[in-house]
Amino acid sequence: MTDTTSSPQGESAGPARRPLTISPHLAKRYARERLFRTLGLASVATAGLILLVLVGSIVSKGYSAFWLHHVDLTIEFSVDELNPDGGPIEMETLQKANYLGLVRDALKREFPDAASDRRERRKLYGLVSPNADIMLRNMVLNDPSLVGTTQTVSFKMSDDMDTFAKGFIDRDLPESDRRVTDAEIKWHDHFEAEGRVHVAFNIDFFTKGDSREPEEAGIYGALIGSILTLTVTLLVSFPVGVMAAVYLEEFAPKNRFTDLIEVNINNLAAVPSIVFGLLGLAVFLNFFGLPRSAPLAGGLVLALMTLPTIIIASRSALKAVPPSIREAALGLGASPLQVVTHHVLPLAMPGILTGTIIGMAQALGETAPLLMIGMVAFIVDVPQGFTDPATVLPVQVYIWADSPERAFVEKTSAAIMVLLGFLVLMNAIAVLLRKRFERRW
Amino acid sequence: MTNTSVTTPDVDVAAKPPSVEQLANRYTKIESRDVNVYYGEKHALKHVDLDVYQNEVTALIGPSGCGKSTFLRCLNRMNDVIDICRVTGRIALDEHDIYDPSLDVVQLRARVGMVFQKPNPFPKSIYDNISYGPRIHGLAHGKAELDEIVQKSLERAGLWKEVSDRLDQPGTGLSGGQQQRLCIARAIAVNPEVILMDEPCSALDPIATARIEELIDELRENFTIVIVTHSMQQAARVSQRTAFFHLGDLVEVGETEAIFTNPEDSRTQGYITGRFG
Repeated sequence: MTDTTSSPQGESAGPARRPLTISPHLAKRYARERLFRTLGLASVATAGLILLVLVGSIVSKGYSAFWLHHVDLTIEFSVDELNPDGGPIEMETLQKANYLGLVRDALKREFPDAASDRRERRKLYGLVSPNADIMLRNMVLNDPSLVGTTQTVSFKMSDDMDTFAKGFIDRDLPESDRRVTDAEIKWHDHFEAEGRVHVAFNIDFFTKGDSREPEEAGIYGALIGSILTLTVTLLVSFPVGVMAAVYLEEFAPKNRFTDLIEVNINNLAAVPSIVFGLLGLAVFLNFFGLPRSAPLAGGLVLALMTLPTIIIASRSALKAVPPSIREAALGLGASPLQVVTHHVLPLAMPGILTGTIIGMAQALGETAPLLMIGMVAFIVDVPQGFTDPATVLPVQVYIWADSPERAFVEKTSAAIMVLLGFLVLMNAIAVLLRKRFERRW
Repeated sequence: MTNTSVTTPDVDVAAKPPSVEQLANRYTKIESRDVNVYYGEKHALKHVDLDVYQNEVTALIGPSGCGKSTFLRCLNRMNDVIDICRVTGRIALDEHDIYDPSLDVVQLRARVGMVFQKPNPFPKSIYDNISYGPRIHGLAHGKAELDEIVQKSLERAGLWKEVSDRLDQPGTGLSGGQQQRLCIARAIAVNPEVILMDEPCSALDPIATARIEELIDELRENFTIVIVTHSMQQAARVSQRTAFFHLGDLVEVGETEAIFTNPEDSRTQGYITGRFG
């Protein structure tokens, strides 16, 4: 090859030139590259599609939970009913009065023929939410002058009626196969025809805790529970995790003992989360006597679970800080602590925050360890502090998904939407924080 | 260096040799006796006796892995951060042993500054880069004094004119040569007595190198400088004394002129004429 004179093109002047045409080998190489790119693009597209289907199905199922049908009824706040004993109207008598009777009277007036049959009467009373009387009582207690007047009051429909009004129950099915009876449909159509059914934004969903009645159930209690629990988790796991990572990475001597610790931290990251729940039950509840079902205990358990993630991520972020920065600071006479706090930690902070947010996102979605410490409970009250009984968003999803009422199906999806929204918000904050720290680099 | 057959070195010695008077009044700033360094089992530096004189530039030359950087890093105890590194022998700064357990290593590094091979400014503003040292050592009282230190240090490093209007910009945005001068200014800002330079020009182009070399010669007025270099021309140009290391041994040390024109040891001769290394 090198001897040009003996080559076939020996007559041409100068050394043999290589042809500029693409050799088959090169073509193969390009083909392989194109294939690789196509596969990569296909993977991204698949992931995107799956995400789209997931979010799409959740949203399409859940959006209706944000709306609720109400029906207008004419309520006579009759003195006889509210103050049967006569005499001056006291707050106390108003408190104890039979408001349910008012609602029932109104419905009976509306449909006199239904009142004869006991079973049908019960169905009729079930048109509106069972908590209608509480609503009336609050109205009257707020404004006692209502007594003796007749008012048009808007009531939440009961869950089955609401579901029917939303069109999720097929009216063409035989009566035995559907949740609502023919009579109920008739009543609904009556109200509908008179224009007394209207849709309103379900504000209670965002302001109330859980309830047995789907139309009364809200996500707020679980949301607050999640916020409180994650606050505990963050406050415990972030400082402890970062300190552990800094010590292991920057100060600890490299010997067998620290190697052992490192291996164990890595192992902890792979421990099933339910095991952390059992640990929390044994240690936090049984030994330290922390309150059951409380965000404090839940947060601590989740902190245990999050710690390995934060430590591992922080260590790799610290490792990624170039040693030349440490040398520069040391060479200027900075103490090891100053090197870490002035230079290494700020530079590692974006990576540490990324790890923390991954850990927190995991903690937000975790249900299994909370099973063990009693956070899977039906809790109506919105928690006021770290020691109040509480539940968290994923647990709420689980509880609702497990409930038999049809109306909880949309609630479940809506709760998932709130959970995802919370997650996105958390990530957005992390990205913002990271951007701030990165600017200093 | 291209002509290896010539036995006499073709390196021109440009640095001003010390005058007779200076030679007589030489003050030993750093004195090292029987210094040994071990990296684990490896004996990296063997029985080194080397004196560094005040207000002079001492160049450490030798092939890669000969221990010259290791020795340099002993002088401000930067080797401490390496777990497996062990130093024996005596190194004294102004006749005080720097490996004395009672000595504060932070204080030592404030007195013995260091400039590294790769420019390593902090990812902060130029101002913060310079003011960091004075701040942690409490050298300045108030903003005005700090400003003054920053300006003076940059002036002495010959960088003031280039960056005076953008002190708030990140130091990492400067060119390589400017970054290295920034690092020198940062070292000067702490007002050290000795400046150690570990191949400060190896990552720079010839023009930036010439600029730094000039600077080193100016800095000699106020500081004692020890420089590790791979370039023999550079050693010849900037230093008064040169020490040649080989495989962990200090082979020869003496006046730069003497080392380059009339080396005593055959290994030194072989190295400076480019036969190995």
